[in-house]
Amino acid sequence: MDIQGIHSILLERFGEAVVGSQTFPAIDPWIQVAPTSILEVCRFLHDDSRLQFKHLNDLCGVDYLETDPKKAAKFGHEPHIEVVYHLSSLTLGHRLKVKVVLPRWKDNVAGQLPVVPSVSSVWGIGNWHEREAYDLMGIDFEGHPNLRRILCPEDWVGHALRKDYDFPLEYHGVRGR
Amino acid sequence: MSLQIEDPRIVEFDVQTDEMLVNMGPQHPSTHGVLRLLLRTDGEIVHECTPHIGYLHRCAEKIGEHLSPPQYIPYTDRMDYLAAMNMNLGFALAIEKLVGMEVSEKAVHLRVLIAEIGRIASHLVGMGTYGLDLGTFSPFLYAFREREIILDLFEEACGARLTYSYLTIGGATHDLPDEIEMPEGLAALIGKHKGERLPFLDVIEIFLQWLELRIKEYHTLLTRNMIFISRTAGMGVLTPEMAVSYGCTGPVLRGSGVDFDLRRDGEAIYTRMYKGYEFDIPVAPFASAPREVVLGDNWCRFYVRMMEVVQAIRLVRQAIPKYKVATGSYREPFKMNAKLPKDEVYLETEAPRGQMGFYVVGNGEGNPLRLRAKSSCFCNVSVTDQICQGVPLADIPAIVGSLDIVMGEIDR
Repeated sequence: MDIQGIHSILLERFGEAVVGSQTFPAIDPWIQVAPTSILEVCRFLHDDSRLQFKHLNDLCGVDYLETDPKKAAKFGHEPHIEVVYHLSSLTLGHRLKVKVVLPRWKDNVAGQLPVVPSVSSVWGIGNWHEREAYDLMGIDFEGHPNLRRILCPEDWVGHALRKDYDFPLEYHGVRGR
Repeated sequence: MSLQIEDPRIVEFDVQTDEMLVNMGPQHPSTHGVLRLLLRTDGEIVHECTPHIGYLHRCAEKIGEHLSPPQYIPYTDRMDYLAAMNMNLGFALAIEKLVGMEVSEKAVHLRVLIAEIGRIASHLVGMGTYGLDLGTFSPFLYAFREREIILDLFEEACGARLTYSYLTIGGATHDLPDEIEMPEGLAALIGKHKGERLPFLDVIEIFLQWLELRIKEYHTLLTRNMIFISRTAGMGVLTPEMAVSYGCTGPVLRGSGVDFDLRRDGEAIYTRMYKGYEFDIPVAPFASAPREVVLGDNWCRFYVRMMEVVQAIRLVRQAIPKYKVATGSYREPFKMNAKLPKDEVYLETEAPRGQMGFYVVGNGEGNPLRLRAKSSCFCNVSVTDQICQGVPLADIPAIVGSLDIVMGEIDR
C-alpha cells in the first residue's frame, strides 16, 4: 500500500487533529503525527489487518538547530526535534515513516527534556531504541519501563547528538578536549 | 508415616538457593567483544540476563555530522569490522539513493561479487567462534584458514585486509585487478600454481571450488556432531512473534522461520543489484535437521548461516561471468564536497548479521544534518534476556554466541 492509502486510513480513523492533511514530496515520504497520539497511532498501525506494521526498523531523534549564526538564515528550519519511526510490514511488504515534531526543550526551559509517549509496549525493540534516543538525543519517553542510558555511562552529563552539546572538559579525571 | 511423592524431581525444583548476581564480561572471551551480561542466578539456573552495552561506543553518528559522505566511508568499516564490505555498501547505497545516482552495470556486478565474498568471510568467523564458545577449537582454525584466503583476495583488490573502504559512493574505489600472483596460502592448500600469475577471477573460482568441498567437513565437525547438537538443539528458542517484535533480522529472524531477506524483499535500489541472480533464502525449519531441533533454537540460527555460505558461493559464481561482460565504469564520479539535497532517506541492506540501515538527512550542505546507523546486532542482542531465562549458566555462551554479534556494530 502506498503512503496516500495509509494516510487516508489514518485520517479516517484518527481525524484531522492527529494526522492532518499532508503532501508527500520527499524521496521517502512520511506521515506527521501529533505527539500525544503517537502511541494510539502506532498501536493501530501494528494491529490493523490492512497495515500490519509488525516490524519497527528504527527509531531515532533528529535535532534541527543551526548553531552557527552565519548559516542560520539559510538553514530553513525552525529549531525543533523530530522523532522518526521507520516501520515495515514483513507480510505485506510495505514501508512507512512516521514523524513526531517536538520542541527542543519542554516549555522552552533549557534542560527540561521534551516528552513523547513510549511505543515500547507495541514493539519490543522500542525499549532499546528509545533508551538510545534518550541517551544521545535527550527525549523523555513517557511510560517507558526502564528509561536509562544505554551507550553512555550512567553518570554522563548531557545528550551528545544535540547540536548545541558541549563535550565535557574531563570525565573522572580523563581529559576530554 | 513417610511422605510419598509421585515424581521425585518436584522436590528438586522446589529447592532454592540464595540469589546471586554474576557479572559476565565485559572482558569475557565468550561474549564476542565487550558485551557485559549481568546474570541473576539461582544456583546454576539463570533467571534474568541483562545485557549492558556501550563499551565500544565511538560516537560514529556524531562524527558523521561533521564529515562529508565520502569521508565517512572508513568509519562504516569500523562498525561491523568482520563484514566491512557490506557496511560500505549499505552506506554507499543510502547516499546514492539520496542524491539519485545510478551506478553502472559493471559496478553492480562488482559489488555483488565483493559483498557476497564478504558474507562468506563473515559467516566463517561466525561459525568458527561459535565452535569456540561451545568448547571445540578446531573449527575455528579451519574457518580462519579459509578466511585468510579471502583476506588475501581482498588485499589484492583494495590493499587492505580488514577495513577496506572499497565499495564507495558511485561504485568501488578501484576496478578488480586483472592478474594477481597466486596467494601463497591458497597455493599451499591446493598444492599447485605456486608463484604463478593468474587472472583474479580465476583465483576466486579456484578458491570457491576448494571451499565448497570444505563445507562438508564443517558439517561433520559441527552441524552433525552429537555434542554440538545436544548443546544447541532446543536451546535459546526464539519464537517468530518475538523475533519480529524485537526487530531481529538476518539469520536470527530466518532461524525463527520468518521468510524475509532484503536481497529479495528490499527496496528497489537494493534488489536491482540482485536482479537476474538465482539464489535461495534458507529459512528454518529444515527437513534435514536432527529430531531434537526446535524452530528458532541455536541450531537453526547456526544452520541458516551455514546454508547462506552455500548460497553466497552460488551468487559469486553467477557474478563472475556477468562482471566479465558488463559495460560501464567501475565508479561514477562523486565529489568529496558535493552538496547533499534537502531531503532524507532511510535504506536498509542485508548485511551478514542482519539488516543494516542508514538514515541520512541532508540539508543543502556537504555534511549531512543527521546520520543514523541502525545496527542489526543491536536489535538481535536485545532479545538476550527473553531467550536466556531458565537456562543453566553454562548455556549462556551457547545462546549469545548463536546470535553472532559484533560489538563494534552494536555500540557504533
